[in-house]
Amino acid sequence: MTTALTVNGKRVAVTSTPDTPLLYVLRDELALNGAKYGCGAGQCGACTVLCDGRALRSCFVPVRTLAGRSITTIEGLRGPKGGLHRLQKAFLDQQAAQCGYCTAGMIMGAAALLREKPRPTEEDVRTALSANLCRCGTHNRIVHAVLRAAEAQHG
Amino acid sequence: MIRPSRRSVLGGSISLLFGWPAIAAETGGGAAPALPSDLAAAPEIDRWLRLSADGRVTLRTGKVELGQGVLTAYAQLCAEELDIHVSRIDVIAGDTRVCPRQGMTVGSFSIPEGGKAIRMVSAEMRQILIRLAAEKLSVPTAALDVRDGMVRTRDGRSVAYGSLAGGQTVQRRATGAVLPKARPRRVVGTSVARLDLPAKVRGAPAFLQDYRPVGMLHARMVRPPSAGARLLAVEIAPARAMPDVVTVVRDGDFLAVVAEREWSAVKAAAQLASDARWDTPPPLPADPIAWLKDAATQDTVIASTGTPPSAGTRLVRRSYSRPYLLHGSIGPSCAVAHFDGTALHLCTSSQGPFELAAVIAKLVGLPVDRVTAQHMQGAGCYGHNGADDATADAALIAMRLPGRPIRVQWSRQDEHRFEPFGAPMLIETEAHLDDRGNIMFWDYALRSPTHNARPVFGVGNLLAAPTLAQPTARPKTNNFGGPPAYAADRNAIPSYVFPGLRVTTRFVPESPVRTSSLRSLGAHGNVFAIESMMDECALAAGVDPLAYRLRHATDPRAQAVMQRACDAIDWSHPRPADRGCGMAYARYKNYAAYCAIAIEVEIREGEPVLVRATLAADAGEIVNPDGLRNQLEGGLLQSLSWARHEAVRFDGAGVASRDWRDYPILTIGEAPPVEVILIDRPDQPSLGAGEASQGPASAAFANAVARACGARVRNLPIDRAAIAAARVRA
Ligand code: FES
Ligand code: FES
Repeated sequence: MTTALTVNGKRVAVTSTPDTPLLYVLRDELALNGAKYGCGAGQCGACTVLCDGRALRSCFVPVRTLAGRSITTIEGLRGPKGGLHRLQKAFLDQQAAQCGYCTAGMIMGAAALLREKPRPTEEDVRTALSANLCRCGTHNRIVHAVLRAAEAQHG
Repeated sequence: MIRPSRRSVLGGSISLLFGWPAIAAETGGGAAPALPSDLAAAPEIDRWLRLSADGRVTLRTGKVELGQGVLTAYAQLCAEELDIHVSRIDVIAGDTRVCPRQGMTVGSFSIPEGGKAIRMVSAEMRQILIRLAAEKLSVPTAALDVRDGMVRTRDGRSVAYGSLAGGQTVQRRATGAVLPKARPRRVVGTSVARLDLPAKVRGAPAFLQDYRPVGMLHARMVRPPSAGARLLAVEIAPARAMPDVVTVVRDGDFLAVVAEREWSAVKAAAQLASDARWDTPPPLPADPIAWLKDAATQDTVIASTGTPPSAGTRLVRRSYSRPYLLHGSIGPSCAVAHFDGTALHLCTSSQGPFELAAVIAKLVGLPVDRVTAQHMQGAGCYGHNGADDATADAALIAMRLPGRPIRVQWSRQDEHRFEPFGAPMLIETEAHLDDRGNIMFWDYALRSPTHNARPVFGVGNLLAAPTLAQPTARPKTNNFGGPPAYAADRNAIPSYVFPGLRVTTRFVPESPVRTSSLRSLGAHGNVFAIESMMDECALAAGVDPLAYRLRHATDPRAQAVMQRACDAIDWSHPRPADRGCGMAYARYKNYAAYCAIAIEVEIREGEPVLVRATLAADAGEIVNPDGLRNQLEGGLLQSLSWARHEAVRFDGAGVASRDWRDYPILTIGEAPPVEVILIDRPDQPSLGAGEASQGPASAAFANAVARACGARVRNLPIDRAAIAAARVRA
């Protein structure tokens, strides 16, 4: 039994059992390791991907409930010319990571925010990413990177 | 870039160099300085550096990347001394098969000690390359200079490093005779971007958790309700019969399931857990600080001068504490182990792959030369977290399934409940003030269980070891350390000058749960206590806390960081009611980086809100300013998380802090803006700084809360309830 999904623009029929959370399908079956396991319970955001453009905690959503949806992982983020997405560039420019384990989830959470709110205030960014945890204390650099990326979009 | 290692097959070797006259003759005579310890232990140049024909340099180091940016800093030091662009350097780290052994990546030693070795070996390599170029071009070495790996004569001829020695190994021992450059600095002191971040922002495999060798199987552990519980009975058949399950491993109380797919392993582990019956281990203390107060201790006076004045002084007597804390890595521990029937190879995010491989050899009963390890990055660990234990788990399982790489991934609950915790601390102190309020005598005693129970001190320190059918008991704990760095008593001797003092370490050998190194060890609790006490003495003396500290600090570098941090926060500016500024200072380990922090807090509806923070640091010569800022700010925010929110809680069933809901940490919404001020001293040795902000940040927060609402919280964490209770007392 398979589940049909679109992942990073490609249609795939995944064979993992239907109860398998999306995160395990991405990492174990599709070898997309960008989304990370952090808690398996929707508490940390390390596993964040986009589902039809909205942020989704992939660690506890069974793949069967996502049939027909379009999933974007950090590997599928692209800038207009196919290079790095402006969020990825901004995270590099700001050196907004220490260990970098939270980074992919932060970038995907921010990508969802910028889709909804292209010109967020600092407060908006802090609120939107408050459920994404960082243990290294990179909090402020992450916020600045997201604000920079938003400016880059308009500047 | 940072490459996973592969054993490189290189061409010939340049052994003619043995015949060369000693390099010392060219450096103006004088005895060669002693080699830095890391280089003395592995003096062969080819252990550290290899050159390829296309001019790329491979730098090998036994130290490992923990998210602190050390490998980027090392590449900078190497590039500086070799005169090549940093982008030509590949770094291989922590592979016991190819890297020099440099000791564990702990305690902020990597830059001061390891950095010296890399500088020196790179400087010698450059000298050798220049000599080869001089021979080739028939000019004296003095007529040559180097730009980005190209050796040039004054008349415009040139030869590239790669064509001089590319693909060959330099068979020579470092002599210590070629001194690293004093100046000009092209790369050192600049903010080179982290080499490992491009892969991480793209989501390319960068972590141990992402490593998937062919044929790999997934294992999940099944843990007891509480450490020390014995497995009374388990029904294996239901889990064993689940789809994809390869086997169930039971060895005494060690229980795991192995499956072809990860999710199948997760489900089978849940099944197995529901089919296991455990006995009830002794209960854990509901109030760990009350337990600590009554625990048996081994006492050592670590500093003593003068005697307490008999009369004419005012006495300030206080006690402070911090609870058990979690390392709380965002990525739970993971490891991959592969036993091929003869040898065992470990992929680990341990801070000490060399040391761990040797300990695991003992655990599984293999000769030490048949166990190798390779570091791969994990999520930040901040000390001794579950990484070593997960590696041992994977090794034990791999030994039963020869030929298949075994990946163990701990669950979030495994990590929260079974990592070695940061040790709780209770500090009792009193200060005798003279009539001007100055401290005449300082009496300080700290109680704490061990801050260092790493596996190098005994196989039994591995989580699994005492649970096996043939158990290795936990070794007796120890307060490893001693002067000058100390352990539980790190920074217990204040960074101030008092006419008389006594500092006593009351080491608690027994703890109801395992504790080990958490970033800065005892320095966090000690600096929190000392710097809270300094504010309380200043208050008793009626003196401004900054002025009071400046009176008691004689080192101008200490005074400078305090002044700069306080200036940046506008220290003397009056604040509205419910707002207050606090400050704190320490020189980490009393000999590493100087760090002062000021924090502004507002008490909003009873909650402490972090308004902003400033930090000034002096870490001697700075290798990478942006990297240093990132670490100092990271440590500050992590420490505020500890002080604002964190305490491991126990209930009748064991560790009650099972996940992030039970053990919240500082969110992005709560983090204050931080201004970091660096005082660069290019003429001074680099000082370890990765842990320097832990102590001052928590203390400055406590001091700010006291100034904002007049109520002093002396037991961490400082949350709404603690402030409300302190207000009632005040
Ligand atoms: S891993 Fe999904 S929210 Fe933590
Ligand atoms: S950078 Fe390490 S958890 Fe965020």
